[in-house]
Amino acid sequence: MTVISSPPALPAGPRAPAPGPPRRRRPGIGGPRTLISPERLRSRRGRAVYFAVLAATTVVFLLVFFFPLYWMITGAVKHPTELAQPTPTLYPHTFHPESYVEAWERLSIAHYFVNTVFYAVGGWLFQLVFDVAAAYALSRLRPVLGSLVLGMMLATLMLPASALLVPAYLTVADVPVVHVNLLNTPWALWLPGVANAFNIYLLKRFFDQIPHELIDAASIDGAGRLRVLVSIVLPLSRPVLGVVSIFIIIAGWKDFLWPLLVLPDPEAQTLSVALSRLSMTSQVALNELMAGLVIASVPMVLVFLIFQRSILGGLSAGSLKG
Amino acid sequence: MAIQPALRRHRRPRSVSDNLVAYAFLAGGLVCFALFSWYPLVRGVLLSFQQVNFVTDPEWVGLDNFETLFADPLFWTAWRNTLLFTGLALVFGYLLPLLIAVLLNELRHFRGFFRVAVYLPVMLPPIVSVLLWQYFYDPGNGLFNTVLRGLHLPESAWTQSPRTAMISLVLVATWSNMGAATLIYLAALQNVPGELYEAAELEGASLWQRLRHVTLPQLRFVMIVLLLLQIVATMQVFIEPYQLTGTTNPDTITVMVLIYRYAFTVNHDFGLAAAMTVLLFVVLGMFSAAYLWLTRERT
Repeated sequence: MTVISSPPALPAGPRAPAPGPPRRRRPGIGGPRTLISPERLRSRRGRAVYFAVLAATTVVFLLVFFFPLYWMITGAVKHPTELAQPTPTLYPHTFHPESYVEAWERLSIAHYFVNTVFYAVGGWLFQLVFDVAAAYALSRLRPVLGSLVLGMMLATLMLPASALLVPAYLTVADVPVVHVNLLNTPWALWLPGVANAFNIYLLKRFFDQIPHELIDAASIDGAGRLRVLVSIVLPLSRPVLGVVSIFIIIAGWKDFLWPLLVLPDPEAQTLSVALSRLSMTSQVALNELMAGLVIASVPMVLVFLIFQRSILGGLSAGSLKG
Repeated sequence: MAIQPALRRHRRPRSVSDNLVAYAFLAGGLVCFALFSWYPLVRGVLLSFQQVNFVTDPEWVGLDNFETLFADPLFWTAWRNTLLFTGLALVFGYLLPLLIAVLLNELRHFRGFFRVAVYLPVMLPPIVSVLLWQYFYDPGNGLFNTVLRGLHLPESAWTQSPRTAMISLVLVATWSNMGAATLIYLAALQNVPGELYEAAELEGASLWQRLRHVTLPQLRFVMIVLLLLQIVATMQVFIEPYQLTGTTNPDTITVMVLIYRYAFTVNHDFGLAAAMTVLLFVVLGMFSAAYLWLTRERT
C-alpha cells in the first residue's frame, strides 16, 4: 500500500479560472507575474539572489532525487567485496556489470520480469475492453437502470483500497457461483482490475462529448452498435484511451499488496513481490539485488520519459480540474 | 427517417432488444464489479460478525470479533502507530510539497528538470524505493551513517531502533510520494492571477504578506483536498513497515499490517481481519466522504 501512489484522480475541480492561452515561460528572468515581481528579479541584487537560489535548488534536487538512483545503478556494478567495505565508495572502483546478468539469470529476475509484463499487458487488455464497452453502454446506449449501475460503480471510488482486501481475497480464492480458485493465476489480477470505476468514469465522460450527429449519421447508414463503437467512438477517443492505458500499465507494474496476497506461489509472483521475498532471504548478494531493483525500475522510467506530458498533464488535470 | 434518431437520442431505448444489447456491452464490467467490488463489500461487513474456518458454514458470533480486537494489546498499538505515522507524515510530507511548489514557481530555469526530478520517485515501484532506502539505512556501512560519520555526528540505528524506526518509515514514504502533491500545487499556482500580486504589492504588502494573503487563500481548496487524500493514503500504510521493520515489530505495526497478520500470517482469522477492516473503513470513510462532498461542490 503506498501513500498517494496513484494520482489522486477524481471528479474534482477548484473554481477553475478561465484557462486562457497556455503561459509559456521564456528563459531568462521574466515571464508571468508570480510572488516576486519581475522588476525586483531584474535588479542587480535580485539577479544575484535568484541565481544563488536556482543553483542551490538544482544541487539539492540532484542530491535528493537523482543521487539515490545513481547509488542504486552504480551499487549494482560494484564488486561484492567493494559493496561490503565499511565505508562505501562514491563511485565504483571495481566494475562488475555481471551483476545484472547474474540477477537476470540466478535470481530469475528474467522470469519475474516476464510475469509482470504478462500481468500488466493482460490487465491492460481486459480493463480496456470491458471498461470501454461498459462506458460506451452507459454513455450511448443508456439501458434501463443505467444510471443506477453508474452510481453504484462510482460509489466504489469512495472505498479505500484496503476495505476490500480480505473479502476480495476470499472471493478470488473461491469465486461465487462457479467455485474456482483463482489464486496463483493471472485472472486474480486481471478480473478485479476491470472493476475500476475511475477508468469507466473517464471514458464515459469522454464518450459523452462525442457529437450525436456523428453517431446518428453512422446509425442511419446501417452501422450496428459495435460498428459505431469501433469505427466512430474509438478513433475519436484516442487521447483518453492513451491516458487510461498509461495509468493502467503504471498501476499494474507498481502494485504490491494485492499481488502479494493472491500470488503466494513464488513461480507466479510479480517482480515487486519477488524482490521483496528475495530481499528477506540471506543468500541473495546485495549487488544482484540492486541490479534487480534497477531492472524493475527501467520500464517505469522509460514510460515516464516517453509519456511525461500525458502523465504530468493527467495528474493535475485529472485530480483537480475535473 | 433523418428526424427520428434525432428525436430519440436523449431518450432511453425502450425496446427489449435495445436493452439486451446495452447490457451485453455492460456485462463484463458488471460481472467484475459484482464479484470483486460489490459482493466483497457486503461480505466484508458480514464476515466481521462471523467465525469462518472454511470447513463448516460460517458461524454467526455477533460482536465477538470486535471484543477480541479490543482485548488485543496489538490492536491499540497498531492504531497508535498508524496515527503516529499519519501525524509525522503530515509534519514532513504535507507542507514540504507546498513549499517546494512555491519555490519552483518562482524559478524560470530548468523547469522541466525540476518536475521530472520530483516526480521520478513516484514512478518507481514502491518496493524499489523501500529496498533502496533499507540499504541507505544500514547501520553498518549504509549511506546515511557513513555521511553522519564523515560529519562527526552521532550515528543512528534508523529502522532498527524503536526511537527512530517510525521516523525512518515516514522519510521513505515522503520521498517516494511527495512528487504528486508538489506538481498538483505547481499547477494550481500557475492559475493564480498575477494581477493579485501586483495589486498587493501596490498596497505595500511584503513578500510574506503576499504569500500569506494572496497565495495561500488561492490554494486553500487544493490544500484541503490534498490534506484529506494524504490522510486517507497514509492511514493505509503497508509496504514500508512490512518491508523495513517486519510484521512482528510492535514499534511499527500499523493497522494494515495487523490486518495482514490476522488474516494471512499469524491468526488465519478472517473474521478478526474483517472486523478490523470495518473499523478502518469507518474512520477512512469520513475522510473520503468529506473529500467527495468538497469536490462535488466545485463541479
